[in-house]
Amino acid sequence: MAKEYPTKITATDFSMYYGQKQALHNISITVPERRVTAFIGPSGCGKSTFLRSMNRMNDLIDGTRHEGGMVIDDVDVYDPTVDVSTLRRKIGMVFQKSVPFPKSIFENITYGLTLLDRRSKSDLEQVVEESLQRAALWNEVKDRLHHSALGLSGGQQQRLCIARAVAVNPEILLMDEPCSALDPISTGKVEELITELKDTYTIVLVTHNMQQAARVSDYTGFFLMGHLIEFDRTRTLFTSPAKKETEDYITGRFG
Amino acid sequence: MQAPFTSHHTVSKRVLGLFAIGIALTATVAVLGVILGMLADFAVKGGPELTWSFLTEYPRNSNMEGGIFPALAGTTFLVLLMTLMGVPIGTATAIYLTEFARQDSWFARSVRFAVNTLAGVPSIVFGLFGVGFFVQFVGKGLDTASGSSVFGDGSLLWCAATLAVLTLPVVIVAVEEALRAVPRELREASLALGATRWQTITKVVLPNAVSGILTGSILAVGRGAGEVAAILFVGVTYSAESLPDAVTEKFMHLGYHLYVLATQSPDVEATLPLQYATTIVLLGLTFLLNFSAIYLRSRLRRR
Repeated sequence: MAKEYPTKITATDFSMYYGQKQALHNISITVPERRVTAFIGPSGCGKSTFLRSMNRMNDLIDGTRHEGGMVIDDVDVYDPTVDVSTLRRKIGMVFQKSVPFPKSIFENITYGLTLLDRRSKSDLEQVVEESLQRAALWNEVKDRLHHSALGLSGGQQQRLCIARAVAVNPEILLMDEPCSALDPISTGKVEELITELKDTYTIVLVTHNMQQAARVSDYTGFFLMGHLIEFDRTRTLFTSPAKKETEDYITGRFG
Repeated sequence: MQAPFTSHHTVSKRVLGLFAIGIALTATVAVLGVILGMLADFAVKGGPELTWSFLTEYPRNSNMEGGIFPALAGTTFLVLLMTLMGVPIGTATAIYLTEFARQDSWFARSVRFAVNTLAGVPSIVFGLFGVGFFVQFVGKGLDTASGSSVFGDGSLLWCAATLAVLTLPVVIVAVEEALRAVPRELREASLALGATRWQTITKVVLPNAVSGILTGSILAVGRGAGEVAAILFVGVTYSAESLPDAVTEKFMHLGYHLYVLATQSPDVEATLPLQYATTIVLLGLTFLLNFSAIYLRSRLRRR
């Protein structure tokens, strides 16, 4: 699977537990570099949990543990020598709820950069412009960079969050249902953006919207009750799924 | 044929309902009446004494004349010092409990249990603790170690320390509440950008919890300002020639001054107007602090 492109992320028999409850069952998958990989499935199927395992956001929840391997660029992200902050800088994340910091647009974009070291003002200004350009937001906000980010519309806030993630120059972008709180027009803009960004970043997209997965992704994985049922090229998965469960789901027979 | 929306309740049930409402209303009016009556009484009897010079002059003639300036200033010093000592410790504890500790861990549960227990301890017990621990143990210990006699007696410092312990639960609970009000998504967004836990706390969580921390501090100050029993043996004095020059000196305090006027004066009757005026000042101070806390809290909620 996904042999046409170099592999960016490899999970091998990856399982995740919340206390006694097993949330992910032996997931094995290879995510191709600089493509869009979508995870679909009904609520509670484990697709978000799997996404959040990639940058170890699940570490924040008390009582989680994992088994198996999660390798990004030949490094097991759960290796004890891995510095989680460094790992997360390499892996940007966009959340379901757009959460700008209650700071200015400028400060939101530069937040990740200023964590590490001081940068000159011109340097920061350049990054802010580049990131906002990349997130297709520059023209809308260039005259109010120092106004609060909370004054932006929902769609603009989500693109700001994408710009903020892009600003630290990651290699991977994890998107956890990034459009589920957006109207159709904003959703269209974000989807367009995802298609443009995949030239630069490996994108993993969790969505409960099958049409979205079909529109923007190159590969799709279908999750059900903590199992990865099927993973294939998006066109193949949606037109001739190999598994009965996948077919039932995409034809709307459940979920 | 019954009209569609008439009551199906029997007359006796309706009477019972009215009766219950009547009792609740009476109780409310009674509470309000007691408070207003008390305040009116204070205002009438103490009001005339409440002049600028009352606030700015030293007491004279065995506290039977003059003002309350050293007590007012002493109370201010005390709560400031108490805040400086208690709020950082309380805030740090709250940060530990909400941001670092595993919520179901044995240690976190013990700390919470200790905090809740601390909140229920009578203040006179804190007073005895202040003497026993701060004055006798820490103070005397310091003096023995340094061969001087600076810390081994009741003082402003030990009173502030005692009150800091007493108000710790107030601070911890308020700050914890403020920290929990910061959305989880903000924390995650920060961490996902490569921030460490500590960076996330200082750059995102605390700035968003400032008004909550402030509320906690003010509530603590309000609680501490009116407290007498806890400092009774720890360093207050009934009369002072001047304001304390150092935190290791004794000081006058509004609440204690009131106690002295009411019980230790050569002529208690004659000092009644002074007592009422002092009460007004003390209550005013506490109300002011509580109202500012309520105001800050409502602003915090609105955001």
